[in-house]
Amino acid sequence: MGWVNIIIQGGLLGGLYALFAIGLALSFGIMRLVNIAHGDFIVLSAFVAMIVSAGLGISAIASLAVVIPAMFALGYLLQRGILNLTLGSDILPPLLVTFGISVIIQNLLLEGFGADIQRLHAGAIETESVILPGGIAVGVFPLLVFVLAVVCIAGLQFVFYRTGLGRAFRAASDDPDTAELMGVDKRHIYALAMGVAMAFTALAGVLFAIRTTFEPSSGPIRLIYAFEAVIIGGLGSFWGTLVGGMILGIAQAIGAALSPTWQILAGHIAFLVVLIVKPSGLFPRTRD
Amino acid sequence: MAGARVERGTRASQLWAVGITIGLAALVAMPFWGDPGDMRLVAEMAYYLALAQLWNLLAGYAGLVSVGQQIYVGLGGYTLFYLTDRFGIHPFLAIALAGPVCALFSIPVALAVFRLRGAYFAIGTWVFAEIFLLVVSIIPALGGGSGLSLTPSIVRSISSNRAGREMAIFWMTLAVLVVVFALVYWLLRSRHGLALTAIRDSEPASASLGVDTFRTKLLIYVVTAFGTGFVGALIFLQKLRISPEAGFSLNDWTVVVIFMVVIGGIGTLEGPILGMLVYIALRELLADFGTIYLILLGAIAVAVMLKAPGGLWGWVVHRYDVHLFPVRRRLRFEKPD
Amino acid sequence: MSQLKTSSLRAFYGDFQALFDIEFQADEGETIAVIGANGAGKTTLLRTIMGQLACDRDMVKFDGRPIGDLDAHEIVGMGIAMVPEGRRLFPSLSVEENLKIGGYCGRRGSWTLERVYQLFPMLAERRDVPSMALSGGQQQMAAIGRALMSNPRLLLCDELSLGLAPVIIKDIYACLDVISDEGTTLDIVEQDISRALGIADRFYCLQEGRVSLAAPAGGYDQAAITQAYFGI
Ligand SMILES: Nc1ncnc2c1ncn2[C@@H]1O[C@H](COP(=O)(O)OP(=O)(O)OP(=O)(O)O)[C@@H](O)[C@H]1O
Ligand SMILES: [Mg+2]
Repeated sequence: MGWVNIIIQGGLLGGLYALFAIGLALSFGIMRLVNIAHGDFIVLSAFVAMIVSAGLGISAIASLAVVIPAMFALGYLLQRGILNLTLGSDILPPLLVTFGISVIIQNLLLEGFGADIQRLHAGAIETESVILPGGIAVGVFPLLVFVLAVVCIAGLQFVFYRTGLGRAFRAASDDPDTAELMGVDKRHIYALAMGVAMAFTALAGVLFAIRTTFEPSSGPIRLIYAFEAVIIGGLGSFWGTLVGGMILGIAQAIGAALSPTWQILAGHIAFLVVLIVKPSGLFPRTRD
Repeated sequence: MAGARVERGTRASQLWAVGITIGLAALVAMPFWGDPGDMRLVAEMAYYLALAQLWNLLAGYAGLVSVGQQIYVGLGGYTLFYLTDRFGIHPFLAIALAGPVCALFSIPVALAVFRLRGAYFAIGTWVFAEIFLLVVSIIPALGGGSGLSLTPSIVRSISSNRAGREMAIFWMTLAVLVVVFALVYWLLRSRHGLALTAIRDSEPASASLGVDTFRTKLLIYVVTAFGTGFVGALIFLQKLRISPEAGFSLNDWTVVVIFMVVIGGIGTLEGPILGMLVYIALRELLADFGTIYLILLGAIAVAVMLKAPGGLWGWVVHRYDVHLFPVRRRLRFEKPD
Repeated sequence: MSQLKTSSLRAFYGDFQALFDIEFQADEGETIAVIGANGAGKTTLLRTIMGQLACDRDMVKFDGRPIGDLDAHEIVGMGIAMVPEGRRLFPSLSVEENLKIGGYCGRRGSWTLERVYQLFPMLAERRDVPSMALSGGQQQMAAIGRALMSNPRLLLCDELSLGLAPVIIKDIYACLDVISDEGTTLDIVEQDISRALGIADRFYCLQEGRVSLAAPAGGYDQAAITQAYFGI
């Protein structure tokens, strides 16, 4: 009984981790770009939402209507203006440039907002819960986050495998030069992909900040969760990312149940086990 | 026909060797002419330069972009505190053991993270640093979350008075810097150095030529862990206290080190020196403005990576064609007369 | 006015100059062969026309419009398509998806998915398999079909026969006739001289980045070609 509860709560938390991971998986899948600043963009989105909801007097959820487009635009411009210049056979430039961006964002947030712990508010939904059959109470908000993660992934999966834009994404990922021959402007497609990645990052950041507290230095560990979810899931499909997130969430929940100090460590251990047993993840890409 | 010869030394490098010897001699004598504040700054510059050179060996020469070198700084520090406190070993002996201990730990870490490629390798090393931090925080013998301090008796075993202790540590730090430079220099001039260049240029090609890329990279990773642990033990001997947050700090032991190397010029022995000087200068100049210096460093590193990937030293070489540490073999064509 | 014209076209890979002052032209509907030994610069010529390799604006003109400074993705929209050397199908796309992405630029014209399948019925049968599951000949057909999907007025083909059995090469060249009959200009790079000259109206021979011979394809002088090809 207790364990079922733990696994359900952990699985739901995995929905949030999957949302963290989508942006990372997208930019790696399409541009082979690992964005070290990914976690800091999650936190940046939370701060933007905080300003928007305070400024307009709306709830954090409603602020998504502003934060998502804003982060999409930021992602587009960042890729077009900076990150496209770093792509090539050498892995150092993208890595070190996003690393630099990460440090810049963290310290700008620190200068602007101080090191205080912040939280976003979304009203009554934060505390409501429903009773599942079997008497297990789950929070409405975690459930909502999980459902959103499933919807997002289904949507991405559809766009990727059923639309012209998705074909262009996959073609640019396979062979950017040949994609250009088809009329695909790779700089634009990459920027779009980063825009989309950043839109999901915005959603993840706001939901995360409603669920837990955050501060300017909260980014790196979110990058690590996202990374672990991606590696556990493998790069075969976005559904793998969801499974990866859920495994990470469940491992953390089990760890936390044993002892609070074990929560995060248990997640890392799950990651290590997958890395050692099956380095390409549970749902690997068949070709790379 | 013009003859050709392969040479590694250059005129500039010979001058530089003389300059370095004089400079080092002046630094060794510093306890007799400098004040303690300056000595502390010089010691800090020395260990940062050592860390930068080690990271440069790893990332710039072996292509292993680790974001987790704080593992070995922390581990080295903890080795010192644990061995001295638990077994009453003399601090200097404990520092000498910090290197081997870190090298030992680095092997299983390497076997796991080497399964990740490129950028994923970077984040993988970072995850390991988190793991080390968390595990150390829950081990009571290592002081848990609050860490350990050196006991007064151990501190006194270095020297009975404060000035004597600071002098000893200062000299040790300079010695470690020299050892690290010599180690990296020797490695790069050995056949491993050639293998590294080949791997960096094209891993598949060098593998097909019989270069054992895995073993070469493993060797570099372990050697770097060894050196980093050594430096880490020294750093915390100066600080007299260690905690998981301080020992395994990403910002202090990796972020700024990466910035130094990138700004100075990654993949050169000279670059980290320049980068370290830029870092110290910025930090001291902007000491009153919080973390602005970090933002500035980050921005400079990004700009360097985008506009001048060779860094400051790359620019100097391009401009003046000087090489101070000739690790590359240069083919010189002699005039026929 | 010729449809495509290059004037003193030069191209570089870094410091290495691969093309020297190439004067090349093709009229609407013509079939041109470009021949030359390994490394002569044939692929480089096509890539430069296509905008994959940089050159000066006025070095390439299409319908009299300078296009030398445009990128490949812009040039496709103007009606030039290329079947790249080595086919370069997208491995993670199915056969049909490969064809569909060929039409990404949205140029309208007589070529549609149905007509490509008519031209290459074998592809229709295997439309849903991953592109890498096709045989070499089928892959070449898919690569040609993919290029046709952008309804080009000028089609550049780089070594279609590479690695294929003679019977299959014959089939593929038969399809080129169909494409040419639509009024499409063809620019065919081949190492196989007789194959290329058999279909072409005119030919260019490249040698070390320079045009060493340009002549009508009919009744050529074998000795002159050998001289132009090998420089001996
Ligand atoms: N990416 C590149 N970088 C540097 N040099 C190149 C590159 N591609 C081709 N070259 C050089 O440019 C010259 C022309 O090459 P190109 O590929 O155009 O020849 P080709 O006539 O198509 O030969 P092949 O019949 O082998 O396909 C050759 O000397 C080649 O070595
Ligand atoms: Mg060619």
